Amino acid sequence: MAAISREEVAHLARLSRLAVTEEELDTFAGQLDVILQAVAQVGEVAAADIPPTSHSVPLTNVFREDVVTPCLTPEEALSGAPDAEEQRFRVPRILDEDVAS
Amino acid sequence: MTTTLPAYDEVVARYEPVIGLETHVELGTNTKMWCGCPTDFGGEPNTRVCPVCLGLPGSLPVANSAAIEATIRIGLALNCSIAQWCRFARKNYFYPDMPKNFQISQYDEPLCFDGYLDVEVDGELVRIGIERVHLEEDTGKTLHVGGATGRIHGATESLVDYNRAGIPLVEIVTKPIPGTGALAPEVARAYVTELRDVIRSLGVSDVRMEEGSLRCDVNTSLNLPGEEWGTRTETKNVNSLRSVERAVRSEMLRQASVLEAGGRITQETRHFHEDTGDTTPGRSKETATDYRYFPEPDLVPIAPDPAWVAELKAALPELPRLHRRRLQQAWGLSDADMQSVLNAGAVELIEQTVAAGASPAAARKWWLGELSRRANETGVELADIGATPAQVAELQGLVDAGKLNDKLARTVLEGVVAGEGSPTEIMTNRNLEVVSDTGALTAAVDEAIAANPAIADKVRSGKVAAAGALVGAVMKTTRGQADAQTVRTLILDRLNAQS
Repeated sequence: MAAISREEVAHLARLSRLAVTEEELDTFAGQLDVILQAVAQVGEVAAADIPPTSHSVPLTNVFREDVVTPCLTPEEALSGAPDAEEQRFRVPRILDEDVAS
Repeated sequence: MTTTLPAYDEVVARYEPVIGLETHVELGTNTKMWCGCPTDFGGEPNTRVCPVCLGLPGSLPVANSAAIEATIRIGLALNCSIAQWCRFARKNYFYPDMPKNFQISQYDEPLCFDGYLDVEVDGELVRIGIERVHLEEDTGKTLHVGGATGRIHGATESLVDYNRAGIPLVEIVTKPIPGTGALAPEVARAYVTELRDVIRSLGVSDVRMEEGSLRCDVNTSLNLPGEEWGTRTETKNVNSLRSVERAVRSEMLRQASVLEAGGRITQETRHFHEDTGDTTPGRSKETATDYRYFPEPDLVPIAPDPAWVAELKAALPELPRLHRRRLQQAWGLSDADMQSVLNAGAVELIEQTVAAGASPAAARKWWLGELSRRANETGVELADIGATPAQVAELQGLVDAGKLNDKLARTVLEGVVAGEGSPTEIMTNRNLEVVSDTGALTAAVDEAIAANPAIADKVRSGKVAAAGALVGAVMKTTRGQADAQTVRTLILDRLNAQS
């Protein structure tokens, strides 16, 4: 049984706004399946007494002080933007989307 | 929609509402959540940005310690448990208000959880359960252009300013609140008001709804008594305390009309419109984005030291509700009088004026009288009227010292509001001080007696009340700058009459 279905790949592609053809769906579903199967092997060795790891370094509480540091200039900030207007990043309209928070 | 809405009392007689509130508070830290860019409100577009908050490749976030502390203090003030260990999470979504294509938030491990806030509604305490308090980052601001209206519908492109992106944002989520019946809209408003006051008392945010540093989403559902809770809608864009109340009420009415017509409620996001007080549907939750949360790999977990948390807890300020009660007692006010102070937004102003040396009665008189009247006339908040508590206390000090009478004090206060300087400066510069030179006053009194012999005779013959006309004459020659009581005593002395 495949670790990821063709439909799941199509769903992820939509979420990522990637235009994926029917042929590509077959290809990527196959490739992703191989990767996921390989990762799943790690899960097989993980015993119940080994907690899931989200960070490879066992650190906590790395903070910075609340002190202002220099910003970029607007020119620097926008220098990598494909397009800008009124000192703002210009992007195509996005409809039917929720905003965060 | 042309359906007539049912009457509110019919709705609450038939249905039971369940409400819930999600509140976002922008913290007043100096810098953003993950980088050292400043957080001040306003500013030219994209002037408070750096590689971290622009999500440029290779940049890495580091958590702001002040934001962590502020969030824990909010959690403690809301009687929450503080996580001993928790992580940030990536919330993935496709929208240009976050340049990284994800927002760093918290998912199943909030920093604070399981608390409550007691609020007063109609003289009764209502305990609002707090589900969680978590920390995330605010988004940038998008401006939709190319369309006719400037709104997203019809727009062809969006212009994005990332000054706000990455500002620490605390999300406070209540547990579902059943059982409030007809009071549901008022409970919602009272909760947001109390929450705002609590956060302001902690000094961690300016919590201004009009500037967006406090934002509110309202969940509402209706069910028949004894049945399961109904499908809820989430109303966004609720940007004032009054709107919180209106949004709950209008959504209760709308849902009741749908249910009465045999329809079913769609779980969806709705947008509140300040002008009409209505909500309109937004995106349906059934097609909700799959956010694919996962632990943020670029930030290490937070494990607050329990001793530090205990210290923060011990140092919490008095709750606003208890603080208000204590002030009411200290000032000797009835519930109704305290309510007018609250309604005028004058609690802190009076408190600070008293701290600066004025009596509670005098402080209340100035803030609720002359200054409230001017604030209403000019449509500004009392706190922004232009007079400070210290100046009001100074003014009252001049009155107490006999240098100003009530009328002169009001003239001086006008000068203070107009920005002419301190009360003492204005009194001196405009020569408004009460005439206390007895020689000058006696001359004015003699002049008034000589000019009004008939009245003087009446007073001499014992008709003391007639002296009022002479007092008036003296006040006129001294342009109001005499103490009326002193003048009266002088006149009676001069005419050998007993007061």
